[in-house]
Amino acid sequence: MMMVDQHQPAMLRLAQMYVSSRAVAEECVQEAWIGILRGLPTFEARSSLRTWMYKIVTNVAKTRGVREGRSIPFSALAGDHDDPVDPSWFQGPDDPFPGGWRTFPDDWRGIPEDRLLGRETLDHIARALDSMPAAQAEVVRLRDVQGWSSDEVCNALDLTETNQRVLLHRGRSRIRRELDAYLSEGRDR
Amino acid sequence: MSDQSLTCHEVIDLLSNYIEGALTGDDRRRVDEHLALCDGCATYLEQMRETIRLSGMVSEEEVPETDKAALLDAFRDWRR
Repeated sequence: MMMVDQHQPAMLRLAQMYVSSRAVAEECVQEAWIGILRGLPTFEARSSLRTWMYKIVTNVAKTRGVREGRSIPFSALAGDHDDPVDPSWFQGPDDPFPGGWRTFPDDWRGIPEDRLLGRETLDHIARALDSMPAAQAEVVRLRDVQGWSSDEVCNALDLTETNQRVLLHRGRSRIRRELDAYLSEGRDR
Repeated sequence: MSDQSLTCHEVIDLLSNYIEGALTGDDRRRVDEHLALCDGCATYLEQMRETIRLSGMVSEEEVPETDKAALLDAFRDWRR
């Protein structure tokens, strides 16, 4: 069924944030579809339908995760120990300007558009998304790749505005870092 | 600058919220002041904006906005 097929990959990815295996995530999505089917006739457009559907997936998967004893604190989901803004970029307490840049970041404005938009650049972004903590990737995917609003994302992922911004900040910073490493290859600094 | 001025490291940590328009008046003003004087942070801000733009070019399977009527129709077929 086409309508289901369209949503299935993103829903599975979402469910997998909270549960132990692909198989369990598939069960969650199944269960969520049943919830959607039941709730649909009385759904009133307080949020977009898409957001409401994803929220159901999130809730089913979270509940299932708790039952699996796999309840994940937000800090772990967010990758708290692993801030993509590296303190070593900045001067230490004994340097002339503590907290100031050691070396300024590269200016990307001189980079030709066809390199910026090249296949390789976009592959680096996709790879960064695949390698970052799942919750960061999900927020960046919905916000920046798919263009959802922050309200929609908070609603769908059942996140507070603050937590959504933490995830977005880390995820975007990670992609920037990956892009910087790639784009500054072979350039004079 | 006042003793309340921000370091580059502090500015970088605030930039996503700055871009999101989520900073309060005072923080926003301090970031603006810093950016006006600091080429390093202004460049970083440009990179973040570019990162967001380029992320929008990545093609992934779209999550479509869904029409309730269409979904109800689809389910009707499904249950048959």
